[in-house]
Amino acid sequence: MNWPHSSVGREAWQAAAARLHAGEQCLLGLWGEPGCVHMAVLQSASRECSMLSLPCADNRYPSVGRVHPPAMRLERAARDLYGLEPEGLGDARPWLRHGGAYPFLPAEGESLHQIPVGPVHAGIIEPGHFRFTASGETVVRLEQRLGYAHKGVESLMAGASIERVAALAGRVSGDSTVAFALAYAHAVEAALAVQPPPRAVWLRAVMAELERLANHLGDIGAVCNDAALSVMHAQCGWLREQVLRAAQACFGHRLMMDRVIPGGVLSDLPADGEQMLSALVGFIRKQFPDLVEVYDNTASLKDRTVGTGILSSALAQQFAAGGFVGRASGRHFDARRTPGYAPYDRLPFEIPVVQAGDVNARVWIRIREVEQSLALIESILPQIAPGPIHAPLAAPSAAGAREGIALVEGFRGDILAWVRIGADGAVARCHLRDPSWFQWPLLEAAIEGNIVADFPLCNKSFNCSYSGHDL
Amino acid sequence: MRRLLLKNLVQGPLTEAAPAPDDAAIAELASHVNQRARRRLGRTLAIREVDAGSCNGCELEIHALANVLYDLERFGLRFVASPRHADVLLVTGPVTRNMREALDRTYRATPDPKWVVAVGDCARNGGIFAGSDACLAGVSAVVPVDLHIPGCPPSPIEMLQGLLALLDSVSADATRAPISTRREKP
Ligand code: SF4
Repeated sequence: MNWPHSSVGREAWQAAAARLHAGEQCLLGLWGEPGCVHMAVLQSASRECSMLSLPCADNRYPSVGRVHPPAMRLERAARDLYGLEPEGLGDARPWLRHGGAYPFLPAEGESLHQIPVGPVHAGIIEPGHFRFTASGETVVRLEQRLGYAHKGVESLMAGASIERVAALAGRVSGDSTVAFALAYAHAVEAALAVQPPPRAVWLRAVMAELERLANHLGDIGAVCNDAALSVMHAQCGWLREQVLRAAQACFGHRLMMDRVIPGGVLSDLPADGEQMLSALVGFIRKQFPDLVEVYDNTASLKDRTVGTGILSSALAQQFAAGGFVGRASGRHFDARRTPGYAPYDRLPFEIPVVQAGDVNARVWIRIREVEQSLALIESILPQIAPGPIHAPLAAPSAAGAREGIALVEGFRGDILAWVRIGADGAVARCHLRDPSWFQWPLLEAAIEGNIVADFPLCNKSFNCSYSGHDL
Repeated sequence: MRRLLLKNLVQGPLTEAAPAPDDAAIAELASHVNQRARRRLGRTLAIREVDAGSCNGCELEIHALANVLYDLERFGLRFVASPRHADVLLVTGPVTRNMREALDRTYRATPDPKWVVAVGDCARNGGIFAGSDACLAGVSAVVPVDLHIPGCPPSPIEMLQGLLALLDSVSADATRAPISTRREKP
């Protein structure tokens, strides 16, 4: 199903920016193409999603970031990629395209010192640069510089076939490959008015929940590891590996890359697939409570996670923080419910929300979501009826270009996908917005006033994607 | 906590309890890598991982190498936090323009003798990202590559096999001093 889409003038664009500023609507995305800038928004009260486009032949448009900071990095990115100039945006620095000196924002005061970290880090993590200004042990300001993983994905997508773009979408952020492929598939299906067959819809949901499970398990362990409780890391890594092995056995790829395709899914479950999956659910159900108990009852661990890296609920709302980052700071939002999509409209599940906003809260949300995903897989399995797993896509249309937009809940939060398919049947433009766009800036805020040594813990508790953000 | 630790003590190492085919391969690799690593490299091979713009899929599987089921460290292979402590650079990603300098500097910070392993299809020649203005054509566009491990992403088993292959290529490379001589110095 497509969203209402309007082509607007500068006044209406500015009015939309003012409504964002006033909190009447949330920003879901802002992106561009030569001669046009687009914005997707969610109405705070009615929870309706819509899209607006501002044609700008001179490549200039009134900045949204000027009044609504969550748009700033998106506007800097669109300037780097398409030469679109946001009028009135105070920040002239490039974002995704590097080259030349990069002036960091100043932090002044007595006995402050700077700590530059990255882009190559001490651990096995993605590349990015963090510039800390500290007063003794305490972080006064963190400024991120991202874009190191910028691969030019959007330009590779422009003009490519629907299939090739699906493969690229699945590699925007490898840890969310299912969710990205799903968001892209939903957008293509909305554009071409194609309905994937029911069996494919169920299988997609199984894959999406397996991906959520694998990531949550891995990250719960990794957060504990950053607080030096390696036994949790070992145990969670063991459970995560079981999920990946089940994915390999059931779908033919440990991360399930390239399994969700526009029109349906690529491969069907093997004969004993359902049995393997219910065995997996049973296994994790049996092991996981012990780990939750360890998390909950280890004072030295709680000492590190409680009260650390607090994200205020006001900031979570302003930035429309998706996923567990938002839900740990009181933002009740899950794309599986709003705007919602099949088969979740037929499945009972809870969306855990807490208010505390600290590392501990983010861990708890993920613990609760592990339980929800297990229950979801359990309730999906008996409903998967036999049938086709793929619907043919419509032939190229004489009617010209067709557009589709979709919002899908990955483990990290809501992923926005927009696609325009040309009259020749190829993808003319595609934009995929990772949840990290709105979460990275919040990490800068959450770390303020914490000690430098707690940064890895805070960073891991957000676990933003570098590649997904850098595109 | 006590209950969990007790359970772990009683149940024995998970590496043995895991399902059959993978464990057989790991066990086979274990004896190979162990012998050769001891002979050529003294006791350990220190690996520094560098993400040169991957999609993070390869990193997930590199992480998995260290989990209790694959347990990389029992082979004497371990990840280190600084290139200055490393024998091997394990590089992922097509190498973005924005990571070129960082990769080059990391390579130069690694003491000789050193080896570079490019992990994943996009590290070979850009893979699916080949042709992008924002990417170079794989790791060898910036630093000399000794071995490439294919896959998107390669599984942990494939990576272990690759590291074994690296030891083979190290022994075939007469132009470089064996690391063992360096390590045996007092
Ligand atoms: S090889 Fe595949 S999984 Fe690895 S970084 Fe490249 S695209 Fe991602």
